[in-house]
Amino acid sequence: MSTYKLTTPLTDEDVCKLAIGDVVLLTGTIYTARDAAHKRLVESLDKGEALPFDLKGALVYYVGPSPAPPGRPIGAAGPTTSYRMDSYAPRLHSLGLKATIGKGKRSDEVKAALTAYKAVYFGATGGAGALLSQCIKAARVIAYEDLGPEAIRELTVVDFPLLVINDTKGGELYVKPKID
Amino acid sequence: MRIIPAADVIEAVATMCMESNVELPADVWAKFRECAAREESPSAKEIFRQLLENADLAKETRLPLCQDTGLAVFFVELGEDCRVEGGLREAVNEGVRKGYKDGYLRKSVCDPFTRKNTGDNTPAIIHIDLVPGDRLKIFFMAKGGGSENMSRVTFLSPAQGWPGIKEFVVRRVAEAGPNPCPPTVIGVGIGGNAELSAIIAKKALMRDLDDVHPDPDIAAKEKELLDAINELGIGPMGLGGKTTSLGVKIAVAPCHLASLPLAVNVQCHSARHREVIL
Repeated sequence: MSTYKLTTPLTDEDVCKLAIGDVVLLTGTIYTARDAAHKRLVESLDKGEALPFDLKGALVYYVGPSPAPPGRPIGAAGPTTSYRMDSYAPRLHSLGLKATIGKGKRSDEVKAALTAYKAVYFGATGGAGALLSQCIKAARVIAYEDLGPEAIRELTVVDFPLLVINDTKGGELYVKPKID
Repeated sequence: MRIIPAADVIEAVATMCMESNVELPADVWAKFRECAAREESPSAKEIFRQLLENADLAKETRLPLCQDTGLAVFFVELGEDCRVEGGLREAVNEGVRKGYKDGYLRKSVCDPFTRKNTGDNTPAIIHIDLVPGDRLKIFFMAKGGGSENMSRVTFLSPAQGWPGIKEFVVRRVAEAGPNPCPPTVIGVGIGGNAELSAIIAKKALMRDLDDVHPDPDIAAKEKELLDAINELGIGPMGLGGKTTSLGVKIAVAPCHLASLPLAVNVQCHSARHREVIL
């Protein structure tokens, strides 16, 4: 298990060297999107419209942050459960999305897309919202402001700690429960 | 008839909303430390280290422990000899509006079809019991969506009994795996009917982690379930380890002779709850 420092946008070379259990300290720009934002992103693609950010080499963080108190760029900002975005993720990966950040298990379709399109799934520690927000230096809403906590935000992160849960080779870090 | 000013309820509710979201309850804090000491795997130790650091930081900065500051869930015991000026429900909802606004907490309530956010985290979910006396006791829980989604209500055949209950609960936790932010707390409601089993499973989560059930048989069953769940090896955040759950709390209610209702309510590690007596 290795530790890498990576900067955005991510390349094929960046993600293909990663294996499950590796730690990544990420610096650069990431985009927040969760349930309602994903629905709109895919509706835009269906209509042939441009997306609010460039998917090529991008990372999407599944998070709905709490409001920023005075003097801070963002409130608490830990990951939300990823499976709810599983029906959208393969299509976004096919268009260049290099990684998603969340918590919890992914579907077989998402895992297949990670292999097919050279992308990875990162876990961040669920519930560590105050801790993770310390790595977020700037935040601004770039789309769907009416969705409130579910609006798409552009975040500037420094050394954001990530764990490789699913890699490009079909590996998965989560343990299989000991049950028949 | 004692009249409780609405302002007292509003203030107490707003304070509970704000404090519970930034200060991890002492029993959870202590249990993190106890469980962290038992873990051997580096990943489990690291997750506990992060959770303890997160709790310290939230307390210091007043940022919420988790960005999902929850649905506001209340269990209210209202004395039959008192009433709240202007109405109890309205006062509780006003307290939620105030607490979630002033505390910079996330508003997570929306219409189930349009998904449009109500903007102030109301309506709260309020369960009211009438009890003797002239006091008002309010239990508050900030209940996150990710763990709640892993909860289930089912009906077993009475013949399945305790082995069936144990099988269902342990399998549910196994299937939930890393999704509900383990280490979890598991509330189990046995008996009642469809809605009562779900309500008592949720209310059981208000008990402190070290609280031992007064019925020794149920206390033994809680331990049996906790041991079986921790044998699954899911561990903190699903990365493996000895701590899949911090505690199991069982609540029991009489049921129809044709039924064995069973509810499992899953609580994430950020087990935020408070109570106040007015």
